[in-house]
Amino acid sequence: MTLLNRILGATLILTFLGTPVATASPGSRIWATGGVTTIEGSAGGGLVPWAMLSGYASDQEWGGTLALSRAEVDDFTVSFTGATVNWRNRLEVSAGRQTLDLDTLGAALGEDELSQDIFGLKARLGGDVLYSRYGQWSAGLQHKRNRTFTIPEAIGARDDSGTDVYLSGSKLFFAALFDRNLLANITVRGTRANQGGLLGFGGDRNDRYEAQVESSLGIFIDRHWLVGAEYRQKPDNLGFAKEDDWWDVFIAWVPDRRLAITAAWVNLGDIAGLEDQQGAYLSLQGSF
Amino acid sequence: MKYERFRKTIGVTLLLLIGGLTACQHPPTSEPDASLYSALGERTGIESIVEDLLYLIVEDERIAFQFKGIDVAHFHKQLSDQICDLSGGPCEYTGREMRESHSAMAVTETQFNALTENLILAMEQNGITTGAQNRLLALLAPLHKAVRGL
Repeated sequence: MTLLNRILGATLILTFLGTPVATASPGSRIWATGGVTTIEGSAGGGLVPWAMLSGYASDQEWGGTLALSRAEVDDFTVSFTGATVNWRNRLEVSAGRQTLDLDTLGAALGEDELSQDIFGLKARLGGDVLYSRYGQWSAGLQHKRNRTFTIPEAIGARDDSGTDVYLSGSKLFFAALFDRNLLANITVRGTRANQGGLLGFGGDRNDRYEAQVESSLGIFIDRHWLVGAEYRQKPDNLGFAKEDDWWDVFIAWVPDRRLAITAAWVNLGDIAGLEDQQGAYLSLQGSF
Repeated sequence: MKYERFRKTIGVTLLLLIGGLTACQHPPTSEPDASLYSALGERTGIESIVEDLLYLIVEDERIAFQFKGIDVAHFHKQLSDQICDLSGGPCEYTGREMRESHSAMAVTETQFNALTENLILAMEQNGITTGAQNRLLALLAPLHKAVRGL
Protein backbone atom coordinates (compact mmCIF):
# COMPACT_ATOMS: atom_id res chain seq x y z
CA MET A 1 0.00 0.00 0.00
CA THR A 2 1.63 3.19 -1.19
CA LEU A 3 0.02 5.40 1.44
CA LEU A 4 1.24 3.20 4.28
CA ASN A 5 4.72 2.97 2.75
CA ARG A 6 4.95 6.70 2.44
CA ILE A 7 3.78 7.31 5.97
CA LEU A 8 6.24 4.75 7.34
CA GLY A 9 9.01 6.32 5.31
CA ALA A 10 8.03 9.73 6.58
CA THR A 11 8.00 8.51 10.16
CA LEU A 12 11.56 7.27 9.73
CA ILE A 13 12.65 10.58 8.23
CA LEU A 14 11.02 12.57 11.02
CA THR A 15 12.46 10.26 13.67
CA PHE A 16 15.89 10.68 12.13
CA LEU A 17 15.53 14.45 11.92
CA GLY A 18 14.24 14.53 15.46
CA THR A 19 17.17 12.61 16.92
CA PRO A 20 19.80 15.37 17.12
CA VAL A 21 17.44 17.65 19.01
CA ALA A 22 15.74 14.95 21.02
CA THR A 23 16.94 16.47 24.27
CA ALA A 24 15.80 19.99 23.44
CA SER A 25 12.12 20.84 23.79
CA PRO A 26 10.51 22.29 20.65
CA GLY A 27 9.26 25.29 22.63
CA SER A 28 7.14 26.41 25.55
CA ARG A 29 3.66 26.90 24.14
CA ILE A 30 1.09 24.48 25.52
CA TRP A 31 0.64 21.13 23.81
CA ALA A 32 -1.25 21.13 20.50
CA THR A 33 -1.54 24.94 20.37
CA GLY A 34 0.56 25.01 17.18
CA GLY A 35 -2.13 23.11 15.35
CA VAL A 36 -0.96 20.99 12.45
CA THR A 37 0.17 21.86 8.91
CA THR A 38 -2.44 22.62 6.27
CA ILE A 39 -2.16 21.28 2.72
CA GLU A 40 -0.83 24.75 1.84
CA GLY A 41 1.89 24.76 4.49
CA SER A 42 0.55 27.29 7.01
CA ALA A 43 -0.21 26.19 10.57
CA GLY A 44 -3.85 25.34 11.05
CA GLY A 45 -6.04 22.36 10.51
CA GLY A 46 -5.92 20.31 7.34
CA LEU A 47 -7.63 22.71 4.93
CA VAL A 48 -7.99 25.96 6.89
CA PRO A 49 -5.20 28.14 8.31
CA TRP A 50 -5.57 29.14 11.96
CA ALA A 51 -4.33 32.26 13.77
CA MET A 52 -1.79 30.22 15.72
CA LEU A 53 1.76 30.13 14.41
CA SER A 54 3.47 26.81 13.70
CA GLY A 55 5.23 24.68 16.27
CA TYR A 56 5.72 25.69 19.89
CA ALA A 57 8.01 28.73 19.97
CA SER A 58 6.98 31.29 22.57
CA ASP A 59 8.20 34.89 22.82
CA GLN A 60 11.83 34.04 23.69
CA GLU A 61 12.17 31.07 21.37
CA TRP A 62 12.19 29.94 17.78
CA GLY A 63 11.13 26.64 16.30
CA GLY A 64 9.38 25.08 13.37
CA THR A 65 7.82 22.07 11.75
CA LEU A 66 8.25 19.54 8.96
CA ALA A 67 5.14 18.01 7.50
CA LEU A 68 3.86 15.47 5.01
CA SER A 69 0.18 15.22 4.08
CA ARG A 70 -1.78 13.16 1.64
CA ALA A 71 -5.44 13.00 0.68
CA GLU A 72 -6.60 10.17 -1.57
CA VAL A 73 -9.99 11.09 -2.98
CA ASP A 74 -11.90 9.11 -5.62
CA ASP A 75 -10.13 10.25 -8.76
CA PHE A 76 -7.20 12.32 -7.46
CA THR A 77 -4.47 12.35 -4.84
CA VAL A 78 -3.47 15.63 -3.22
CA SER A 79 -0.19 15.66 -1.36
CA PHE A 80 1.92 18.27 0.36
CA THR A 81 5.45 18.35 1.72
CA GLY A 82 6.70 21.41 3.52
CA ALA A 83 8.50 23.11 6.34
CA THR A 84 7.89 26.13 8.55
CA VAL A 85 9.94 28.30 10.86
CA ASN A 86 8.41 30.29 13.71
CA TRP A 87 10.29 33.26 15.12
CA ARG A 88 9.26 34.17 18.65
CA ASN A 89 5.63 33.34 18.06
CA ARG A 90 5.47 36.52 16.00
CA LEU A 91 6.26 35.44 12.44
CA GLU A 92 5.79 32.16 10.64
CA VAL A 93 7.56 31.46 7.34
CA SER A 94 6.55 28.40 5.35
CA ALA A 95 7.54 26.74 2.10
CA GLY A 96 6.35 23.58 0.45
CA ARG A 97 5.24 21.76 -2.65
CA GLN A 98 1.72 20.61 -3.37
CA THR A 99 0.86 18.06 -6.03
CA LEU A 100 -2.36 16.78 -7.51
CA ASP A 101 -1.93 13.31 -8.99
CA LEU A 102 -4.35 12.93 -11.91
CA ASP A 103 -5.05 9.29 -11.14
CA THR A 104 -8.07 8.95 -13.42
CA LEU A 105 -7.57 11.78 -15.92
CA GLY A 106 -3.82 11.27 -16.36
CA ALA A 107 -3.88 9.03 -19.44
CA ALA A 108 -6.42 11.18 -21.29
CA LEU A 109 -4.55 14.42 -20.57
CA GLY A 110 -1.08 13.02 -21.15
CA GLU A 111 0.11 14.38 -17.84
CA ASP A 112 0.55 12.58 -14.50
CA GLU A 113 0.27 15.45 -12.08
CA LEU A 114 -0.21 19.15 -11.50
CA SER A 115 1.95 20.82 -8.92
CA GLN A 116 2.74 24.15 -7.35
CA ASP A 117 5.18 25.67 -4.89
CA ILE A 118 3.68 27.63 -2.00
CA PHE A 119 5.55 30.22 0.05
CA GLY A 120 3.75 31.53 3.11
CA LEU A 121 4.10 34.27 5.69
CA LYS A 122 1.93 34.67 8.76
CA ALA A 123 2.27 37.38 11.40
CA ARG A 124 0.58 37.31 14.77
CA LEU A 125 -1.09 40.69 15.07
CA GLY A 126 -2.08 40.28 18.69
CA GLY A 127 -3.63 38.25 21.43
CA ASP A 128 -3.14 34.69 22.53
CA VAL A 129 -5.36 31.77 21.64
CA LEU A 130 -5.46 30.52 25.25
CA TYR A 131 -5.20 33.60 27.41
CA SER A 132 -6.75 36.56 25.60
CA ARG A 133 -10.40 37.40 25.99
CA TYR A 134 -10.78 38.07 22.28
CA GLY A 135 -8.45 35.27 21.16
CA GLN A 136 -5.52 35.48 18.80
CA TRP A 137 -5.46 37.29 15.47
CA SER A 138 -3.04 36.85 12.60
CA ALA A 139 -2.66 38.01 9.01
CA GLY A 140 -0.98 35.95 6.34
CA LEU A 141 -0.27 35.44 2.70
CA GLN A 142 0.39 32.42 0.52
CA HIS A 143 2.27 32.99 -2.71
CA LYS A 144 1.65 30.10 -5.11
CA ARG A 145 3.52 29.29 -8.31
CA ASN A 146 2.35 26.60 -10.70
CA ARG A 147 5.09 24.27 -11.89
CA THR A 148 2.96 22.96 -14.75
CA PHE A 149 0.58 25.36 -16.46
CA THR A 150 -0.41 23.56 -19.70
CA ILE A 151 -3.61 22.08 -18.33
CA PRO A 152 -4.72 25.07 -16.22
CA GLU A 153 -4.16 27.34 -19.23
CA ALA A 154 -6.10 25.00 -21.52
CA ILE A 155 -9.14 25.10 -19.24
CA GLY A 156 -9.17 28.87 -18.99
CA ALA A 157 -6.97 29.90 -16.05
CA ARG A 158 -5.51 33.38 -16.55
CA ASP A 159 -2.30 33.21 -14.53
CA ASP A 160 0.22 30.61 -13.40
CA SER A 161 0.88 32.33 -10.08
CA GLY A 162 -1.14 34.12 -7.44
CA THR A 163 -1.08 35.33 -3.88
CA ASP A 164 -3.80 34.62 -1.34
CA VAL A 165 -4.12 36.99 1.61
CA TYR A 166 -5.99 36.11 4.79
CA LEU A 167 -6.97 37.22 8.26
CA SER A 168 -7.47 34.56 10.93
CA GLY A 169 -8.90 34.56 14.44
CA SER A 170 -8.60 31.64 16.86
CA LYS A 171 -9.74 31.18 20.42
CA LEU A 172 -9.76 28.32 22.87
CA PHE A 173 -12.74 28.27 25.22
CA PHE A 174 -11.75 26.42 28.40
CA ALA A 175 -14.24 23.89 29.72
CA ALA A 176 -16.82 25.06 27.18
CA LEU A 177 -18.57 21.80 26.36
CA PHE A 178 -18.86 18.92 28.86
CA ASP A 179 -15.89 20.58 30.62
CA ARG A 180 -13.82 20.06 27.47
CA ASN A 181 -11.85 22.82 25.76
CA LEU A 182 -13.25 24.07 22.47
CA LEU A 183 -11.09 25.58 19.73
CA ALA A 184 -12.80 27.91 17.26
CA ASN A 185 -11.21 29.41 14.17
CA ILE A 186 -12.38 31.76 11.50
CA THR A 187 -10.44 32.86 8.44
CA VAL A 188 -11.33 35.26 5.66
CA ARG A 189 -9.25 34.79 2.54
CA GLY A 190 -8.93 36.94 -0.55
CA THR A 191 -8.07 34.70 -3.51
CA ARG A 192 -8.18 34.18 -7.26
CA ALA A 193 -7.02 30.56 -6.99
CA ASN A 194 -8.81 27.72 -8.79
CA GLN A 195 -8.87 24.56 -6.63
CA GLY A 196 -6.41 26.24 -4.28
CA GLY A 197 -4.20 27.23 -7.22
CA LEU A 198 -3.60 23.75 -8.64
CA LEU A 199 -5.77 24.77 -11.61
CA GLY A 200 -4.17 28.20 -11.93
CA PHE A 201 -5.49 31.64 -10.98
CA GLY A 202 -8.43 33.61 -12.32
CA GLY A 203 -10.65 32.43 -15.12
CA ASP A 204 -13.22 33.19 -17.78
CA ARG A 205 -16.13 33.44 -15.31
CA ASN A 206 -14.30 35.59 -12.79
CA ASP A 207 -10.80 37.04 -12.75
CA ARG A 208 -10.90 39.15 -9.61
CA TYR A 209 -10.06 38.57 -5.96
CA GLU A 210 -13.00 37.25 -3.98
CA ALA A 211 -13.41 37.01 -0.21
CA GLN A 212 -13.97 33.47 1.03
CA VAL A 213 -14.87 32.41 4.56
CA GLU A 214 -13.23 29.39 6.15
CA SER A 215 -13.80 28.03 9.61
CA SER A 216 -13.09 25.12 11.85
CA LEU A 217 -14.19 23.93 15.23
CA GLY A 218 -12.49 21.31 17.35
CA ILE A 219 -12.87 19.87 20.79
CA PHE A 220 -10.01 18.57 22.92
CA ILE A 221 -10.98 15.18 24.37
CA ASP A 222 -7.86 15.64 26.50
CA ARG A 223 -4.59 17.40 25.80
CA HIS A 224 -3.51 14.69 23.32
CA TRP A 225 -6.64 14.33 21.20
CA LEU A 226 -8.52 16.92 19.14
CA VAL A 227 -11.57 16.08 17.02
CA GLY A 228 -13.39 18.53 14.83
CA ALA A 229 -14.62 19.71 11.47
CA GLU A 230 -13.57 22.29 8.91
CA TYR A 231 -15.31 24.15 6.14
CA ARG A 232 -13.70 26.16 3.36
CA GLN A 233 -15.59 28.32 0.91
CA LYS A 234 -14.07 28.46 -2.58
CA PRO A 235 -14.42 30.65 -5.64
CA ASP A 236 -15.79 29.30 -8.92
CA ASN A 237 -13.82 31.06 -11.66
CA LEU A 238 -13.69 28.56 -14.48
CA GLY A 239 -16.54 27.99 -16.94
CA PHE A 240 -15.34 24.54 -17.97
CA ALA A 241 -16.22 22.87 -14.66
CA LYS A 242 -17.91 23.80 -11.41
CA GLU A 243 -15.77 24.24 -8.28
CA ASP A 244 -17.18 23.30 -4.86
CA ASP A 245 -16.47 24.26 -1.27
CA TRP A 246 -14.34 21.86 0.77
CA TRP A 247 -15.02 20.29 4.15
CA ASP A 248 -13.59 17.64 6.39
CA VAL A 249 -13.94 15.97 9.76
CA PHE A 250 -10.69 15.22 11.55
CA ILE A 251 -9.02 13.65 14.54
CA ALA A 252 -5.55 14.71 15.59
CA TRP A 253 -3.26 12.93 18.00
CA VAL A 254 -0.51 14.93 19.68
CA PRO A 255 1.45 12.49 21.88
CA ASP A 256 3.95 15.22 22.75
CA ARG A 257 5.24 18.45 21.25
CA ARG A 258 7.48 16.68 18.73
CA LEU A 259 4.82 14.79 16.83
CA ALA A 260 1.29 15.26 15.54
CA ILE A 261 -0.65 12.79 13.43
CA THR A 262 -3.93 13.82 11.82
CA ALA A 263 -6.47 11.61 10.10
CA ALA A 264 -9.49 13.05 8.33
CA TRP A 265 -12.29 12.38 5.94
CA VAL A 266 -12.23 15.08 3.30
CA ASN A 267 -14.79 16.11 0.72
CA LEU A 268 -13.34 18.25 -2.06
CA GLY A 269 -16.55 18.28 -4.08
CA ASP A 270 -16.37 18.33 -7.87
CA ILE A 271 -12.90 18.68 -9.38
CA ALA A 272 -12.41 19.21 -13.12
CA GLY A 273 -15.78 17.71 -13.92
CA LEU A 274 -15.33 14.58 -11.80
CA GLU A 275 -18.04 14.64 -9.18
CA ASP A 276 -18.02 14.43 -5.42
CA GLN A 277 -14.36 13.73 -4.64
CA GLN A 278 -14.10 12.22 -1.17
CA GLY A 279 -11.49 10.23 0.65
CA ALA A 280 -9.12 9.72 3.53
CA TYR A 281 -6.49 12.23 4.58
CA LEU A 282 -3.43 11.53 6.66
CA SER A 283 -0.87 14.03 7.85
CA LEU A 284 2.32 13.74 9.84
CA GLN A 285 4.05 16.67 11.49
CA GLY A 286 7.29 16.85 13.41
CA SER A 287 8.20 19.95 15.45
CA PHE A 288 11.65 21.17 16.39
CA MET B 1 -25.75 17.53 -6.05
CA LYS B 2 -26.81 15.56 -3.00
CA TYR B 3 -23.94 16.78 -0.83
CA GLU B 4 -24.45 20.42 -1.66
CA ARG B 5 -27.01 20.95 1.08
CA PHE B 6 -24.93 18.97 3.58
CA ARG B 7 -21.85 21.06 2.82
CA LYS B 8 -23.70 24.32 3.25
CA THR B 9 -25.27 23.08 6.46
CA ILE B 10 -21.89 22.20 7.96
CA GLY B 11 -20.45 25.55 6.97
CA VAL B 12 -23.33 27.54 8.36
CA THR B 13 -23.33 25.48 11.57
CA LEU B 14 -19.65 26.14 12.13
CA LEU B 15 -20.09 29.84 11.56
CA LEU B 16 -23.08 30.04 13.89
CA LEU B 17 -21.27 28.09 16.61
CA ILE B 18 -18.25 30.36 16.41
CA GLY B 19 -20.43 33.45 16.36
CA GLY B 20 -22.50 32.16 19.25
CA LEU B 21 -19.47 31.29 21.35
CA THR B 22 -17.87 34.64 20.76
CA ALA B 23 -21.06 36.41 21.75
CA CYS B 24 -21.76 34.42 24.92
CA GLN B 25 -18.30 34.41 26.45
CA HIS B 26 -19.23 37.33 28.73
CA PRO B 27 -19.59 37.40 31.61
CA PRO B 28 -16.67 34.97 31.85
CA THR B 29 -17.70 33.16 34.98
CA SER B 30 -20.52 33.51 37.40
CA GLU B 31 -20.14 32.58 41.07
CA PRO B 32 -18.03 29.38 41.15
CA ASP B 33 -19.73 26.47 42.82
CA ALA B 34 -17.89 24.20 45.23
CA SER B 35 -17.95 21.20 42.86
CA LEU B 36 -14.61 22.25 41.38
CA TYR B 37 -13.13 22.57 44.88
CA SER B 38 -14.28 19.03 45.56
CA ALA B 39 -12.96 17.74 42.18
CA LEU B 40 -9.53 19.16 43.07
CA GLY B 41 -9.51 17.09 46.27
CA GLU B 42 -10.47 19.97 48.57
CA ARG B 43 -7.81 21.71 50.67
CA THR B 44 -5.57 18.61 50.98
CA GLY B 45 -5.71 17.90 47.26
CA ILE B 46 -4.97 21.51 46.34
CA GLU B 47 -2.01 21.64 48.74
CA SER B 48 -0.63 18.48 47.17
CA ILE B 49 -1.00 19.94 43.64
CA VAL B 50 0.77 23.14 44.69
CA GLU B 51 3.56 21.16 46.35
CA ASP B 52 4.15 19.15 43.15
CA LEU B 53 3.98 22.38 41.16
CA LEU B 54 6.77 23.84 43.31
CA TYR B 55 8.96 20.78 42.70
CA LEU B 56 8.37 21.14 38.94
CA ILE B 57 9.19 24.87 39.05
CA VAL B 58 12.50 24.28 40.85
CA GLU B 59 13.50 21.78 38.14
CA ASP B 60 12.48 24.09 35.29
CA GLU B 61 15.31 26.34 34.12
CA ARG B 62 12.87 28.58 32.24
CA ILE B 63 11.32 29.86 35.48
CA ALA B 64 13.19 28.55 38.52
CA PHE B 65 15.20 31.80 38.83
CA GLN B 66 12.00 33.83 39.18
CA PHE B 67 11.25 31.97 42.42
CA LYS B 68 14.74 32.19 43.93
CA GLY B 69 14.80 33.38 47.53
CA ILE B 70 11.05 33.18 48.12
CA ASP B 71 9.63 31.98 51.41
CA VAL B 72 8.49 28.57 50.13
CA ALA B 73 6.07 27.81 52.98
CA HIS B 74 4.42 31.22 52.65
CA PHE B 75 4.19 30.92 48.85
CA HIS B 76 2.70 27.43 49.16
CA LYS B 77 0.04 28.69 51.54
CA GLN B 78 -0.79 31.77 49.46
CA LEU B 79 -1.17 29.84 46.20
CA SER B 80 -3.18 27.07 47.88
CA ASP B 81 -5.46 29.75 49.40
CA GLN B 82 -5.89 31.37 46.02
CA ILE B 83 -6.80 28.16 44.17
CA CYS B 84 -9.05 27.08 47.05
CA ASP B 85 -10.80 30.48 46.94
CA LEU B 86 -11.12 30.51 43.11
CA SER B 87 -12.50 26.97 42.98
CA GLY B 88 -15.29 27.79 45.41
CA GLY B 89 -13.70 26.40 48.58
CA PRO B 90 -14.00 27.84 52.10
CA CYS B 91 -10.80 29.88 51.93
CA GLU B 92 -9.98 33.50 51.42
CA TYR B 93 -6.98 34.62 49.43
CA THR B 94 -5.46 37.51 51.38
CA GLY B 95 -2.32 38.01 49.26
CA ARG B 96 -1.53 40.90 46.99
CA GLU B 97 -3.22 41.62 43.67
CA MET B 98 -1.70 39.69 40.76
CA ARG B 99 -0.52 42.82 38.96
CA GLU B 100 1.21 44.16 42.04
CA SER B 101 2.86 40.89 43.11
CA HIS B 102 4.32 40.29 39.62
CA SER B 103 5.23 43.85 38.70
CA ALA B 104 8.97 43.50 39.39
CA MET B 105 9.27 40.10 37.71
CA ALA B 106 8.81 41.11 34.04
CA VAL B 107 7.15 37.78 33.32
CA THR B 108 7.57 36.75 29.67
CA GLU B 109 5.08 34.75 27.64
CA THR B 110 7.55 31.84 27.65
CA GLN B 111 7.62 31.91 31.46
CA PHE B 112 3.84 32.18 31.72
CA ASN B 113 3.47 29.17 29.42
CA ALA B 114 6.05 27.24 31.45
CA LEU B 115 4.04 27.83 34.63
CA THR B 116 0.80 26.79 32.92
CA GLU B 117 2.49 23.62 31.67
CA ASN B 118 3.82 22.78 35.14
CA LEU B 119 0.42 23.37 36.72
CA ILE B 120 -1.21 20.99 34.22
CA LEU B 121 1.50 18.39 34.90
CA ALA B 122 1.06 18.80 38.66
CA MET B 123 -2.70 18.28 38.30
CA GLU B 124 -2.08 15.19 36.18
CA GLN B 125 0.33 13.82 38.80
CA ASN B 126 -2.49 14.19 41.32
CA GLY B 127 -5.03 12.38 39.15
CA ILE B 128 -7.24 15.43 38.59
CA THR B 129 -9.75 14.77 35.78
CA THR B 130 -9.42 16.58 32.46
CA GLY B 131 -12.73 18.34 33.10
CA ALA B 132 -11.66 19.71 36.49
CA GLN B 133 -8.26 20.75 35.06
CA ASN B 134 -10.03 22.69 32.31
CA ARG B 135 -12.38 24.38 34.77
CA LEU B 136 -9.49 25.57 36.92
CA LEU B 137 -7.59 26.78 33.85
CA ALA B 138 -10.71 28.70 32.79
CA LEU B 139 -10.54 30.59 36.09
CA LEU B 140 -6.79 31.22 35.91
CA ALA B 141 -6.46 32.21 32.23
CA PRO B 142 -8.00 35.68 32.79
CA LEU B 143 -5.11 36.45 35.23
CA HIS B 144 -2.67 36.35 32.29
CA LYS B 145 -2.88 40.07 31.58
CA ALA B 146 -2.15 41.12 35.16
CA VAL B 147 0.63 38.58 35.71
CA ARG B 148 2.36 39.70 32.52
CA GLY B 149 1.76 43.34 33.32
CA LEU B 150 -0.02 43.97 30.01
